Amino acid sequence: MVSFVMNANPNHIFRALADPTRRALFEELTRQGEQTVHALTRYAGVSQPAVSKHLTVLKRARLVRHRREGRETHYQAQPDALKPMVNWLDDYGAFWRERFDRLEDLLKRMEP
Amino acid sequence: MSTATGSTAAQNNADQSNAAPTTRTLVVERVFPHPPEKLWRALTESPLLAQWMMGNDFEPVPGRKFQFRTDPKPNWNGIVDGEVFVVEPLKRLSYSWGVGKSESSAGLQWVVLWTLTPVEGGTHLRMEQSGFGPDQTANYNGARYGWKIFFDGLERMLGAVA
Repeated sequence: MVSFVMNANPNHIFRALADPTRRALFEELTRQGEQTVHALTRYAGVSQPAVSKHLTVLKRARLVRHRREGRETHYQAQPDALKPMVNWLDDYGAFWRERFDRLEDLLKRMEP
Repeated sequence: MSTATGSTAAQNNADQSNAAPTTRTLVVERVFPHPPEKLWRALTESPLLAQWMMGNDFEPVPGRKFQFRTDPKPNWNGIVDGEVFVVEPLKRLSYSWGVGKSESSAGLQWVVLWTLTPVEGGTHLRMEQSGFGPDQTANYNGARYGWKIFFDGLERMLGAVA
């Protein structure tokens, strides 16, 4: 059976990325690698509490992860979290080909 | 003979003008050396479906809701929620295909369309799965343009990390 990769709650991902600021933050992290909350606040041009709130939503969707170092919190993108959504064609392609094989076997067994 | 192709919705679903531009369509097709009648039974009769697709309470009646159920997987509870859309005996069958539905989430929705065409010595069977469904399109309408750009960039990016 296909490794049917589906995020446990895809809606979290969509909701997280439906907001333009969060999308921009995620893209920035993807482009630049790990960043501090301070750097991200400068980039986003909104208040730090607002950025932290956005980052929490991204974190819940497992799109980013963080680590603390002294007083700074560093964030890092987890682009793999998105792969299941983009790769559904591959996943389902394999799924349906396997199902077609099973259908073929069944048709052979069925009465004419 | 079996082929699978992915293509943009714009090419295959030109009539679905409200489809999100991020929509993709998956097509798998094969010629079976059996008459359409036999394939139709395998596609629509619950006990037969159970033998090749999944356990189910499927009935080929438009508007009927059903579930396909298989063993839970690490990232999937093994349940597909569907609703029958089109039943044209021996020719066309379509239903929705939803996974990840829960109390807090609509999950992901697709539409599956089966088309049967008699050919010499058998039947050409075509499965077309298009995503995402109307529900999701409605959710993203406001951000459609952004999504398109985002997904375009995302595919490049994932190509780079793969």
